Amino acid sequence: MVEPVLSVRNLRVEFANRRGVLVAIDGVSFDIAKGEVLGVVGESGAGKSVTGLAAIGLIDAPGRIAGGEIYLSGLRIDNLSPDAMRRIRGKRIGMIFQDPLTSLNPLYRIGDQLVETIRTHLNLNETAARKRAIDLLAEVGIPAPEKRIDAYPHEFSGGMRQRVVIALAICAEPELIIADEPTTALDVSVQAQIIALIKRLGRDHGTAVMLVTHDMGVIAETSDRVAVMYSGRIAEIGPVRDVVQNPLHPYARGLMGAIPTLAGDASKRLVQIPGSMPRLSAIPTGCAFNPRCDFAFERCRIERPEPIRVGAQAVACHLYDRAATESAA
Amino acid sequence: MLAFILRRALQSVGVMLAVGVISFAMFRFAGDPVNQMVALDTSEAQRAEIRASLGLNDPVPLQFARYFIDAAQFKFGVSYQFRQPVSMLLKERMPATLELATCATVLAMGFGILLGIYSALRRDSFLTKVLQAVSLIGISLPTFLIGILLIYLFSVILGWLPSFGRGEVVKFGWWSTGLLTVSGLKALIMPSITLGLFQMTLIMRLVRAEMLEVLRTDYIRFARARGLTTRAIHFGHALKNTLVPVITVAGLQFGSVIAFAIITETVFQWPGMGLLFVQAVQNVDIPIMAAYLLVVSLIFVTINLIVDILYTVVDPRLRATVGRAA
Repeated sequence: MVEPVLSVRNLRVEFANRRGVLVAIDGVSFDIAKGEVLGVVGESGAGKSVTGLAAIGLIDAPGRIAGGEIYLSGLRIDNLSPDAMRRIRGKRIGMIFQDPLTSLNPLYRIGDQLVETIRTHLNLNETAARKRAIDLLAEVGIPAPEKRIDAYPHEFSGGMRQRVVIALAICAEPELIIADEPTTALDVSVQAQIIALIKRLGRDHGTAVMLVTHDMGVIAETSDRVAVMYSGRIAEIGPVRDVVQNPLHPYARGLMGAIPTLAGDASKRLVQIPGSMPRLSAIPTGCAFNPRCDFAFERCRIERPEPIRVGAQAVACHLYDRAATESAA
Repeated sequence: MLAFILRRALQSVGVMLAVGVISFAMFRFAGDPVNQMVALDTSEAQRAEIRASLGLNDPVPLQFARYFIDAAQFKFGVSYQFRQPVSMLLKERMPATLELATCATVLAMGFGILLGIYSALRRDSFLTKVLQAVSLIGISLPTFLIGILLIYLFSVILGWLPSFGRGEVVKFGWWSTGLLTVSGLKALIMPSITLGLFQMTLIMRLVRAEMLEVLRTDYIRFARARGLTTRAIHFGHALKNTLVPVITVAGLQFGSVIAFAIITETVFQWPGMGLLFVQAVQNVDIPIMAAYLLVVSLIFVTINLIVDILYTVVDPRLRATVGRAA
């Protein structure tokens, strides 16, 4: 088997506060292969962004990686020294944040920010770095890059700024791009362009992409596989077609049912999941989804479900544990 | 850009006109100026003659116009107590005050920014906590008390530094400087610290607060995600963004350093404009008071103008809005 670009094993992230320790991520495992796009969906606070930040080593105190392992092309990176991890950030892992309006330093020309990043990671002189910066801007679709390189961030529109951010993320040809809600702050028409751009870059360079979003539409457009997160755990993970058309986990089913379709019957109400996701300080025992689940039974309130393979999908739900279902029945 | 500067310069002239009105009014509110100038036994005829020669019989607007035009050429009349032109007195005293204010500001900016950065980056270190506590004292202790304490310690007990005056000065034309002699430099130390301490603690706290704010922004997080070195992030990205608001405050503070110098100059008997002003107040020497008011306002207004221009140099976003507005 080919080694995955990113391999997360049993990741646990904790945030310590005055009242105790909150567990933001617990027992999350997934792989992303070369050239593959993994979509990560879930509600706010489900742990999507924290997973991405953990992978690039940017969990700040009071948070910390409390357990598990993260491998980048076979190299364990969760326990590297801060400086060794810094060398990986931007070079082998690129990151794109949600808001392009605030991601760029307003006081520096975009060319300076590009050249600075390029020269931090690649052994290039000023001229070569500048040339590479212009090429990168052209690649992400900035018109007249040799002129625009000397512009300041405020002289670009939101969509163009996100392109600059992407250029910054890929300037050292990383193996992995982590995109944290890259289209959320953009106009719908621009969203599609940015999504297409990320997809094209992933394909052209064989880059693995971890795409964090709460927008199922974006996932369906771009991803090869999708992970549905709930309360700091992966509820279901599998090929995007399977998960969208045949979701297994009751939560994933609820999510898919909540997407309006143009072809669907307009008189039919969208499915609504009752209640809301528990706060980190009040995650119920057993399956975190059990208070909202229509199918919950005794075992769901006691024992936490571990991922179970069903075809190409994996689902963390006792309903799919044949032995358990039988004994409950 | 040019239009912006011109517009700001025009506004400054407006401010100066308003200050001119106030300073002109001082002459009228403080009683009959002729009474201040003559002896008790001066005859009525002589008084009328002086009155006429000073133009005090002309209509008020005409008097104001004359006063303002003279002031614009730095002619502020004759001091009642010294019987010398006020502009001469000010010119003589100004170098002392400007040197003191500049030294105090450089001291305040240098240490203020350095300590501010340190306490922002090493938020939890012991030294930071000490600095925060000491800076509170620096902000709340009145200037004269610090001055007197310093004099007591370094002049009275230790005898290291002179307790008053400017020491020896070297003349360059009308400018006299204490920066080139040992005694001049020694005399400068305590007044500068006294005058600059408040500003230093203020700048330190401001830099710390600003920098902590900047370090939380998205572009700093993104800079870290790009793998830039900590050094580049702190001193390249964060510091430049921190200094934008600090420029304004520092500029305005330079103005108030000159204004606050009154107290420091009194404590240290520093022969500057502030001391001159205090003596003028004691002797109801209106021409000096009025001229001091104008000069200090002029300094304030000039600094404001410079700060505005500097702002657009540092922050490209302002340059764009300024360009559009013009």
